[in-house]
Amino acid sequence: MNGQQVLITGLGVVAPTGVGADAHWQAVLAGKSGIARITRFDPTSYPVRIAGEVKEFDAAERVPRKVIPETDRWTHLALVAADEALQDAGVDLSTLPEFDVAVVTSSSSGGTDFGQHQMEQLYQNGPSWVGVYQSIAWFYAATTGQLSIRHGLRGPCGVLCGEQAGGLDAIGQARRLLTSGTRLVVSGGTDASLCPYGLVAQLSSGELSTVDDPAGAYLPFDAEASGHVPGEGGAIVITETADAARERGHEAYARVLGYAAGFDPRPDSGRPPVLKRVIERALKDADLTPADVDVVFADAAGVPQRDLDEAQAIGAVFGPRGVAVTAPKTLTGRLYGGGAALDVATAALALRHQVIPPTTGPTRLAPGIDLDLVTAPRQPAQLRTALVLARGHGGFTAALLLGRQ
Amino acid sequence: MSTFTLDDLRELLRGGAEEGAVLDGDIANTRFDELGYDSLAVLEIAGEIQRRFGVVVPDDAVTEMPTPAKAVEFVNSLFARAGA
Repeated sequence: MNGQQVLITGLGVVAPTGVGADAHWQAVLAGKSGIARITRFDPTSYPVRIAGEVKEFDAAERVPRKVIPETDRWTHLALVAADEALQDAGVDLSTLPEFDVAVVTSSSSGGTDFGQHQMEQLYQNGPSWVGVYQSIAWFYAATTGQLSIRHGLRGPCGVLCGEQAGGLDAIGQARRLLTSGTRLVVSGGTDASLCPYGLVAQLSSGELSTVDDPAGAYLPFDAEASGHVPGEGGAIVITETADAARERGHEAYARVLGYAAGFDPRPDSGRPPVLKRVIERALKDADLTPADVDVVFADAAGVPQRDLDEAQAIGAVFGPRGVAVTAPKTLTGRLYGGGAALDVATAALALRHQVIPPTTGPTRLAPGIDLDLVTAPRQPAQLRTALVLARGHGGFTAALLLGRQ
Repeated sequence: MSTFTLDDLRELLRGGAEEGAVLDGDIANTRFDELGYDSLAVLEIAGEIQRRFGVVVPDDAVTEMPTPAKAVEFVNSLFARAGA
């Protein structure tokens, strides 16, 4: 990396914990869960009946009228989050050269809700009833494309599909672009697959909890861990060079200090998951040591073996109970393409407010898991550096280091 | 025989209109792209015509419909050909 510092200067959150970064942060500190029985469709006949839904979100009020029928809900959520993030960053895009501003988002499910309705048209009425916007609405890059069109951002745009890890990969890519000439990148990501088609697709991972109690279904690292709860939403973050932010005199939330990604070996290979090495490489990328890290935002799979793998990797790098670990995603469920992006937003807020937000739910760590799991808001003497971890289904692994600004 | 009028088209156009889109008045010879409808939007309207009027509109018909006036003319030619 060259000497250019990369900053997070704006946040936009659309999550089960709230619409708006402030609402989200207040809910996270209060341990107010967004997990409840699914209302977007009747879940009675499905093995999973609870989820983290984004409530109080009416696309008709917040998304341009023409765009709504052309796009999936996951794009609507991102468009609204981006509006907030851009406003929060205080940036006037019309003053920046269009090729100097890019969009890089994370997507995992694509437009499943939109696609399901089009498939219903297909098998109920026939091919001519499938609308033309199916061709662009389902596609992973649709959110990036719509953000690019809406705001006139024509820099090196892209989309990262790394399941739950994709949010970190998107910001990692944004950082790469910002250290090679791009001035500002609209990054992060959202996901929204809480429709029957989306839920059935998620069920195939075998990692969803079938516990019906919203307070007891998603208990990562706990002896009662039973899988995860699905959720929707995410966060859009504005990343830019320190020079660009300084020119505007804008105060940043955090610095992006380091990033690394890896991919797990086959489960039957006998080789360990790649997480430990990814953490070490991220630290090296940031030129930091484990002692510099004050909090880890865990991936928190909620699946016993995956929890153990993650706890062992954290323990191997930081020592037993060597670092505070938290998982505010216990309030939202796992948001797939939006999950790690929301964790980055939460970590950035933690660094600004100098508070470690809690993990809600777990009460008794599973055997072999020796973590300093934060279960109530904690104000350490100093909160300098946060490490965000994300592991996606199938082997995606990423780590991002954020520093206090 | 069915006929397709500019007002029929206007109604379809309103379905996918941007806020503040000007569809009243003399739009007959204004190009669709100038009215804010890109090629996908015109294709979607062609699909809607097909579904509502039961006439087959080929996908490449978009090139025959650069303006509302041309679209009305083209759709009526399809009706005539179908003997509807």
